Amino acid sequence: MWADRSAIILRRVILVILLLGAESASGGQVDWPEAGLVWKVFTLQDYNTRQVVISTILLGVTAGLVGTFLLLRRRSLMGDALSHATFPGIGAAFVVMILLGGTGRSLPGLLVGASVTGLLGVLLVMAIRNTTRLKDDAAMGIVLSVFFGVGVALIQMVKDMPQAGPAGLNDFIYGTAASMIHSDFLLILVVAIGTCLVSLLLLKELTLLCFDESFAASQGWPTVRLDIALLTLVTAVTVIGLQAVGLVLIIAFLITPATAARFWTQRLGWMLTLSAIIGGVSGWLGASLSALVRDLPTGAVIVLVAAAIFLLSMLFGCGRGVVPRGLRHARLRRKVGRQHLLRAVYEIVESGQPDVAEPVRNLPVTFDALLAHRSWSAAQVGGLLRTARAEDHLENTEPGSVRLSEAGFGEASRVTRNHRLWELYLIRYADIAPSHVDRDADLVEHVLDAEVVSQLESELQDRPSSLEVPPSPHFINQPSPEIS
Amino acid sequence: MKPFVDPPVIPVDGRPEHPDNLPLSIHDLTVAYHRKPVIWDIELNIPEGKLVGVVGPNGAGKSTLLKACLDLVPKTSGEVKIYGESYKKQRSLIGYVPQRESVDWDFPVSALDVVAMGTYRKIGWFKWVGKAQKKLAREALERVGIGHLGDRQISQLSGGQQQRVFLARALAQDAKVYFMDEPFAAVDAATEQAIVALLKELNKAGKTCLVVHHDLATVKRYFDWLVLLNMRVVASGPTAEIFTKDNLQKTYGGKLSLLDDVAEALRHVGR
Repeated sequence: MWADRSAIILRRVILVILLLGAESASGGQVDWPEAGLVWKVFTLQDYNTRQVVISTILLGVTAGLVGTFLLLRRRSLMGDALSHATFPGIGAAFVVMILLGGTGRSLPGLLVGASVTGLLGVLLVMAIRNTTRLKDDAAMGIVLSVFFGVGVALIQMVKDMPQAGPAGLNDFIYGTAASMIHSDFLLILVVAIGTCLVSLLLLKELTLLCFDESFAASQGWPTVRLDIALLTLVTAVTVIGLQAVGLVLIIAFLITPATAARFWTQRLGWMLTLSAIIGGVSGWLGASLSALVRDLPTGAVIVLVAAAIFLLSMLFGCGRGVVPRGLRHARLRRKVGRQHLLRAVYEIVESGQPDVAEPVRNLPVTFDALLAHRSWSAAQVGGLLRTARAEDHLENTEPGSVRLSEAGFGEASRVTRNHRLWELYLIRYADIAPSHVDRDADLVEHVLDAEVVSQLESELQDRPSSLEVPPSPHFINQPSPEIS
Repeated sequence: MKPFVDPPVIPVDGRPEHPDNLPLSIHDLTVAYHRKPVIWDIELNIPEGKLVGVVGPNGAGKSTLLKACLDLVPKTSGEVKIYGESYKKQRSLIGYVPQRESVDWDFPVSALDVVAMGTYRKIGWFKWVGKAQKKLAREALERVGIGHLGDRQISQLSGGQQQRVFLARALAQDAKVYFMDEPFAAVDAATEQAIVALLKELNKAGKTCLVVHHDLATVKRYFDWLVLLNMRVVASGPTAEIFTKDNLQKTYGGKLSLLDDVAEALRHVGR
C-alpha cells in the first residue's frame, strides 16, 4: 500500500514538473508581482483572487479530512479511478446542456455529470470485483483507462460542435481556478462544508470501517453502504476540486496531506487535524502563488506545495520521519559501542587477575589487548575511546593503554553484570548452549532496563543478589569468529 | 440465566428445530467460496453456559463456520439461530474476537480506542465516543490485565497484548455469546494464561464461548464442550466423551468418506 501511495504522489509530482516546464518554455518570461500585491493576495485582501484562495483553502481542508479515511481504507487507487471516471461525465453533461438549449458552460451541470460518471465508475469497480475473479488493481485499471478514454473522445467531439467555441473543458484536466465566478464559489463553499460535516459526523463509523471491517459488520453496521458513503465523500471532493485542481491531480491532493500527517502522529484525531491543516495550507499557498505568477496552473502549484510538505514530513516527522528515526538508531548504536568497550575493558582486567575469588580491581589495559579482545579495527577502537573519554569514563594514563575512571568502572561492572545475568537466564530457560549464548546476549543486554534486571535477579535466585558480577559462563578470551 | 442446562434434545428426524434456550443452533449449513464448498451440511446445537472448543485441521472451515454464524459470509444453504432467532435480531447478544492478523496493527489508534469500538453499536449513529464508553473500555482492559497500556498506539503492543486488546473489545460488547477466532494463536504464555482465566470467568458468569482452537494438547483442560470439524461436524458434545482417539482420527486422518470425493470433484468444477 505504501508503494501505491508513493507511486501516485511521485507520478503526479513528475507530471506537474513537466507541465510547469512546458508552461515556462512556451510562456516566455514570467512577470514577478510587486511586494504589496503579494501581501494582499496572501492575506486574502485582494478582491480578484480572494474567492479562489478561500475556495482552495476549504477544498484543501476537506480533501485532508476525506483523504485520511481514503488512505486508511486503502482505497487510494480507487480514488484515482474515480477522478478519471468523472471526465466523460463532464463531456456528456456539456453535450446534454447544449442539446437542452443552454450554453453548456454551467458549472453545476458539469459537476452533476462528473459525479454521475464518477460514482458509476466506482460501482463498476465494485461489480467487477464481486462478480469476477479479477483483482482490485486490474478492475480499477480497466475502469480508469476506459472512462478516461471515453472522456477524451467526448471532449474532442464537443470541440467540433458549433456552439462549443472555446469551451475550456480541458481546464478540468489540470485545473484553472482563475475562471471561477461567484455562483461557482458559493457552490464549492456549500459542498465543501457539507462534506466536512458529514465526514466528522461519520468519524466513529468510518474509523471502525477502516480498522476492522468484519467486526463492524458483526456489530451490524452496513459496511457496504458506509463504503459507498466514503466514496461519495471522495466524489464530492473530486468534483468541487475539478475546477481548481483538475481531475488528474485531485487524487494527489486527497492523499498527500494525509500521508504527510501520518509521519507526525499515531493518533487518528491528530492525523485528521494535521491533514486538514496541511491541505488547507497547500490550498492557500498554492492558489496564492499561482494567482501571483501569471499562467501558472493552480492545481499544479497546489500539489507541489503539498508534495513539499510531504517531503518535509517524511524527513523530519517526529513520529516516523526518516531523520528522527536515523538519530534514534545512531544513538542506540553509540550506546551499544560504548557498552561493548566498557565490558571489554572489564573482561580484560578480570582475566588478568591471578585470583578469581578476589573482587576485580580497576587496572589499566593496553590498547593492543583491547584490539585483540573483539574483532575491532584500530580506527573503531580509537573512535570508541574518544567517545568514552568525552563521557568521562576514561582516565589519562601513559600512551598505549587506557584506564577506566571511577564512573566508567562502575558502569563497566553494571554492563558486564547485565550481560552475564542475561546469559545465565538464556542458558537456564531458553536452553541455549553456553558457547552460543554470548552472541544472543549481545543483542539484548543493551535494552535491559532496571525492571528487567531485577526480574532476572529474582529468576536466578541462587546467584548472589548483591551488586557482584557473576563469572562468565563461557570462555571469554576465545571470541567466536562470528562476533563482530 | 441458567448457568448449566441438560444437553439438548437433538432432533433425529431432520426437521429444523431451534429451541430458544440454545445460544447457538445450526441446521443444514453449507458455505461455499466461488462455488467451492468450505463447510458442508453442518448440524450443531450448543447448550448454554459452555466453553466450546472448535477444533479441526487447517482448512477445515473453522473460521468460516464462525463467520457464517455472524453473517459475515453468505450462506449457500441452511440457517443459524441464536437463542431461537436470527443473528440480525440477536446481534446485541454477540461478542466477536476476529483473528489478530485480520487487521492492520499500524492503524493510528490507541489500545483504548480499539476497545471502545466494542461500545459503538450502543452509542448509535453519528455520536462520538464519550466519557462513559472510555471508562467502560478502561475497565475491560483492566480485566484482561493490560489496563496500564490503554494509551499505547496498537503497533507498540506485543502480539499477546494485541490479542488481549481484541478480547477486551469483545468484553466491552457485554455479550451473552462470544465467538473467538484463534485467540490462542501465537501468544506468549502469560497471555495464554490470562485468556484461559478470562474464559473461566465468562463461563462462571453463565456466558457461552465458542473458541476456534488449534492446540490439541490443551483441549481437555480448556473446554468442557467440543466440536470436531473437518468440513462437516465430525463429532460434538462434552469434551470428555468426544475427545477420543477414534474421533480425532476421523477429524485429522486421511479422507473422510465419499462426501470428500464429491467435494473435491465440485472444487474442480468450480475452477
